Amino acid sequence: MKFTVDWLKNHLDTKLNNYQIIDKLTNIGLEVESFESSTSELDTFIVAKIINAKTHPNADRLKLCDVDIGSDKTIEVVCGAPNAKNGLLTVYAPPGSIIPKNQMKLSVSKIRGVTSYGMLCSESELLLSNESDGIIELKNNKYVNKIGEKYFKNTSEKVIDLSVTPNRPDCLGVRGIARDLSAAGAGILKINKKSNLKYKGNQNINVTIKKEKVQGCTTFGSCLIKGVKNKESPKWLKDKIKSLGQKPISAIVDITNYVMFDLNRPLHAYDADKIDNEIIVRSSSKGESFEALDNKKYILENDMCVVSDRSGVLGLGGIIGGTRSGTEYSTKNILLESAYFLPRSIRKTSKQLNIDTDAKFRFERGVDPLSIEEGLIKASELIKQICGGEISNLDVKKIENHKKTIINFDPSLFEKTTGFNVENKELIKILEKLGFNVLKKKNLKLTVPSWRPDITQSIDIVEEIVRIKGYEHINTSEPIKTRLKPTLNYYQKLFHFLQRSVASKGYLETVTWSFTDSKINQLFKEKDEEIPIVNPISSDLNVLRNSIFPNLIFYLKKNLDRGFKDISLFEIGPAFKGKNPGDQLTVIGALRAGKVSRLSWNDKERIVDTFDVKKDVIQSLYEAGINKDDIIIDDRTPSYYHPGKSGAVYQNKKEKNAIAYFGEIHPNIIKKLDIKTEGLVIFEICLDYIKESIQKIKDSKPEYKFSDFQKSERDFAFIINKNFKSQELVNIIKSVDNKLIKSVRVFDVFEGENIPEGKKSIAVNVTIQSEEKTLNENDLDNVNKLIISSVESKSGAKIRS
Amino acid sequence: MSDIKKIKNDYIDKLNTENNIDKVNNIKSELFGKNGIISNEFKKLGSVSVEERKKLASDLNNIKDELQNKISIKIQEIETKEINLKLEKEKIDVTLPERDIEIGKIHPVSQVIDEISSIFSEIGFSVEEGPDVENEYNNFTALNTPDNHPARDMHDTFYLDNNKELLLRTHTSPVQVRTMLKSKPPFKIIAPGRTYRSDSDQTHAPMFHQVEGLHIDKNINMGHLKGCLNYFIKEFFEVDKIKMRFRPSHFPFTEPSAEVDIGYEIKNGKIVIGEGNKWLEILGCGMVHPNVLKNVKVNPSKYQGYAFGIGIDRLGMLKYGINDLRAFFETDYRWLSHFGFDPLDVPSNYRGLSR
Repeated sequence: MKFTVDWLKNHLDTKLNNYQIIDKLTNIGLEVESFESSTSELDTFIVAKIINAKTHPNADRLKLCDVDIGSDKTIEVVCGAPNAKNGLLTVYAPPGSIIPKNQMKLSVSKIRGVTSYGMLCSESELLLSNESDGIIELKNNKYVNKIGEKYFKNTSEKVIDLSVTPNRPDCLGVRGIARDLSAAGAGILKINKKSNLKYKGNQNINVTIKKEKVQGCTTFGSCLIKGVKNKESPKWLKDKIKSLGQKPISAIVDITNYVMFDLNRPLHAYDADKIDNEIIVRSSSKGESFEALDNKKYILENDMCVVSDRSGVLGLGGIIGGTRSGTEYSTKNILLESAYFLPRSIRKTSKQLNIDTDAKFRFERGVDPLSIEEGLIKASELIKQICGGEISNLDVKKIENHKKTIINFDPSLFEKTTGFNVENKELIKILEKLGFNVLKKKNLKLTVPSWRPDITQSIDIVEEIVRIKGYEHINTSEPIKTRLKPTLNYYQKLFHFLQRSVASKGYLETVTWSFTDSKINQLFKEKDEEIPIVNPISSDLNVLRNSIFPNLIFYLKKNLDRGFKDISLFEIGPAFKGKNPGDQLTVIGALRAGKVSRLSWNDKERIVDTFDVKKDVIQSLYEAGINKDDIIIDDRTPSYYHPGKSGAVYQNKKEKNAIAYFGEIHPNIIKKLDIKTEGLVIFEICLDYIKESIQKIKDSKPEYKFSDFQKSERDFAFIINKNFKSQELVNIIKSVDNKLIKSVRVFDVFEGENIPEGKKSIAVNVTIQSEEKTLNENDLDNVNKLIISSVESKSGAKIRS
Repeated sequence: MSDIKKIKNDYIDKLNTENNIDKVNNIKSELFGKNGIISNEFKKLGSVSVEERKKLASDLNNIKDELQNKISIKIQEIETKEINLKLEKEKIDVTLPERDIEIGKIHPVSQVIDEISSIFSEIGFSVEEGPDVENEYNNFTALNTPDNHPARDMHDTFYLDNNKELLLRTHTSPVQVRTMLKSKPPFKIIAPGRTYRSDSDQTHAPMFHQVEGLHIDKNINMGHLKGCLNYFIKEFFEVDKIKMRFRPSHFPFTEPSAEVDIGYEIKNGKIVIGEGNKWLEILGCGMVHPNVLKNVKVNPSKYQGYAFGIGIDRLGMLKYGINDLRAFFETDYRWLSHFGFDPLDVPSNYRGLSR
């Protein structure tokens, strides 16, 4: 909502200066977005100095001038003026400027083979005088320090631009703003002069508001103005319209717009001679159409509120008029409309047709239903004053009466809500100035002004009072530190631990969109349903991500393109499994690309591999409190993993859902997405599948036990089937004697030379220690034998001798 | 006897010039071995008269001590020399690079969320979450924003179905609704998370982060709201004084509503929070609307309280001098390295919010 302070002063007697007014507006909830002069076409003309004027190489009469325009570099301008000379101060117009004399827009052009950037101007070109023989010569003493500054002062009045919240339609008119300011003590609201308008004759175009299942219009007021002479608006009115950032059109249109912005009262003027017999306000039928004043043809749906005549639709009531009945300079007789349209109906229609107009904006928020006559009178007066004519009696058709809102307000609610007290006297004064009718009883019986559709209950009254009184009166209480429950629950802590644990392994955390490109997503979605967004921001962000990897890999590529080779990235966030609320899992997706120890002077470089990410994922889980000894590894992984080089992690042998996967990405995906890297391994952790341990750490620490008896280490090498899993072998050995066998470590695996086809050799180191005694050779031999026999019988392995 | 003295002197001379450890050891056994010169002299003592023996033995012992002493000093000397020589050869260039350090980073958004949680934890708030996909009711209707309400225009919404029933939440406020529906008052929660709006330009991203706050109890008023936010802003920006301004505004789900500005100034091209005479809008808040309380089955005549919503990304930008919102979500390795935080920098009360 834009307006000038002058305009405001038509409604408000105030002693405040501009900046006090702006502060006051902000303090009562009418946020000032800006306060500046509207831009002028003359702003581009600047003071400049000719540094060097030399003859044009291809034309004796033209000069080539180096011009200082106050920036780092001089500009070269071709100039035909005889008086262009070194050191001359003059006026420069850059490309894009519009020359006042001929309204031509300057562009960069070649004049006789030399490019000219803009123009040096004569007084005649700037409409300052008829002098056109040479360029302007500015006085040295006055302008020498102004090179680069605007030549024309912008004299247009500064415009206040308010951001009006949707609950305050009354402040979409200057008078409403003035009323709010007066309530806040910024001045006195001027009383509207009583109109002494003389009416002649009746409004003889019949108006009917049709009974409809859905009727968007409740009141339709109108009057006829006969014998007008439409013309250009007078300067004061043009200035007002321009200050709104709009273009003046004609006196009649400008007046209706002026009244709309002045009173928040949209009006519409029809050329009465173009109306076919009568006005019918009705609901549209599907397929009806009309050409609107924005020069677009609209095809209507059912149940849109239209103003029509016998020939068809004239316009969409409260939204936009039609060209068929539009006013022109030649218009003699007008029908002026001032109506009330229901916000819901306006909003629905304008959404369906995608139309946004100032009238629509106001009606959908709620125009004062009791301002119909006021609007007609104010506009008629102005039309009579500017365009002449005779005004008929006002005709108001209604199908519904306005119901007053009455609120019984208990003043104690104010202090209960805001924490501070305002005397009843002051409270009543504020409400009365806002237009409330106050009846004092046990509580206050308040009649809400008709222009405030937003006020329906007591809490709204509290807001009005505290807003006008000022938020600075609210105390700043010490925060209440009472805690109702722990800050984080188990999964929130797990999130925190895993996030920082993964990062500590050298991964950079990223945050990417929750949506992604369906083409990449489908490579990772497995059996999940695709979740398209109906109105995506772009076609390559058209689905919710089923996995974190589509985005992670997309950005991996971007970083490879930037020249990075060794990249570790992860994201923790949602992966979507369905389109209903809650169909999402919290997941960590991580990747490592490139090499380990690249260009190291002392370590051998190698490509990242599955066991790099296996370490990262297991260590992270361990650090987040998952019991490492219970973890089971399996090789069934999603299809986007390399089928032979990937693993699944289970929290323990009872759980059915893998809590994590790790491994190489499937070579087909690398190929399909054209990822140019030496190696790419990934892992993911699904937080939702991790089960909370029942015991808290404080209860679950086992008794501290250790053994001081000598421990022994024994190495074993087994020849075993190639597909036999080392995890199994380790478990078999451990199960031989859980008490004595402290640890089993695989330290060598190989196939090939000396090993039969289909077999492999696994070497393990076993630590044996008793908690009761030092084991003698005999004891150890027994354990060794048991280990060998168990392994051989349970796994089919053979001990290597 | 003079023979022995001569021998002694000869060996002392020998030892003085000798630098080979093996040769010193040879000398040692020449003198003190089983058939060593000195050992033999001691054996001879038995055949000497008692009177002479005493003197001789004493001389012999002195010579023995002197020689042994000399030998052990010599050995030590040579050993030290050898070790020094060896160390000299073993010297490495310690300015060569260490093995690669793997530096991981926490994203600024995550860091700021942890900072916020830490601050609110201090004054008794707990963290709640809600789904990113919401139904129309929780996101709008329950929050007193019925269909056909112009306030819905302030939210450009992503929809997942043509009936506009399922959407990506446009704010974290639906977590209020979920929290209050599943439990009974009092409530004291914050809810950080992802939010979505379908606009995208230099200052808007289609996804961003908010933190919702909600405190409902029997006597919570706007003074508490002001106190809570004043505390938070001061703690968050780690300044002693904060200039803060509450301005009336409008949100359908709070009444009265306010927007909060903080004072700032630009010093040497950098934004300084808490000083100066410019205002920066950082959050919206208000007293929870009675209609909302009714919608979530809380009796508004018994319970009342405040709610607020803060843009997390924006707070982070202000605190850490980040200019471009879009860069948060572009996964540029350089940006992540530059603005990311060390994983050990866990914001906490006792260790401090930030390093």
